[in-house]
Amino acid sequence: MELTIKYFGMLTEATEIDKESFTTEACSVSQLLKKLQSTYPKLQNVDFKVAVDQQLVTLDYIISNEAEVALLPPFAGG
Amino acid sequence: MEKKKLKNVFINGAISSEFIGESIAKHQTKTSIGAHNIFLGQVRADEIEGKTVSAIDYTAYEEMANLKFHEIREATFEKYDLTCMHIYHSLGTVNIGEICLFVFVSSPHRKVVFEALEYVVEAIKAEVPVFGKEIFEDQTHQWKQNT
Repeated sequence: MELTIKYFGMLTEATEIDKESFTTEACSVSQLLKKLQSTYPKLQNVDFKVAVDQQLVTLDYIISNEAEVALLPPFAGG
Repeated sequence: MEKKKLKNVFINGAISSEFIGESIAKHQTKTSIGAHNIFLGQVRADEIEGKTVSAIDYTAYEEMANLKFHEIREATFEKYDLTCMHIYHSLGTVNIGEICLFVFVSSPHRKVVFEALEYVVEAIKAEVPVFGKEIFEDQTHQWKQNT
């Protein structure tokens, strides 16, 4: 399946990109993160939450095809 | 049910005092209002390990942030008897001493606006995906984190 992955804030310093298309077989958030962390080892050392299609999800959430997955570092609004 | 179009909360750069003044003036026609309450977030010149912050560069996951602002608005109207509510947040560079967040709640009576404003501001800080890069005077940076 095809996913869009977005990175924000300090995470863009770990990945050096802010958006990418990602092809993978069906997987959970934690399985996807393992793959991303092997591509971008610096993601292992930073704190973030995961949103799928603009909603925060837990690690066991099963991602569906064409979803937009966002990795969100700590919020700093206001 | 038709999905309500989300408002865009974001403004490029600092929120000016003229903008804030005009927002207040626009409410003169809403004569059921008896109390306004306003929160202004200002960028602080924090000193961290001998270096002083000179600006914050704000970015956001805009689609999700506008969705969250919408959910916060809906929850606030549900909880409090407000006549109206406005939220504006900066994106991009905001220098120290400038305003980066403007929350404006209005109601017929005063008590509700005190509670509602705190509720809205705390929800924004906790739930909205906005990110802040604190730029120091020597152009190095660190990432801000709400506590």
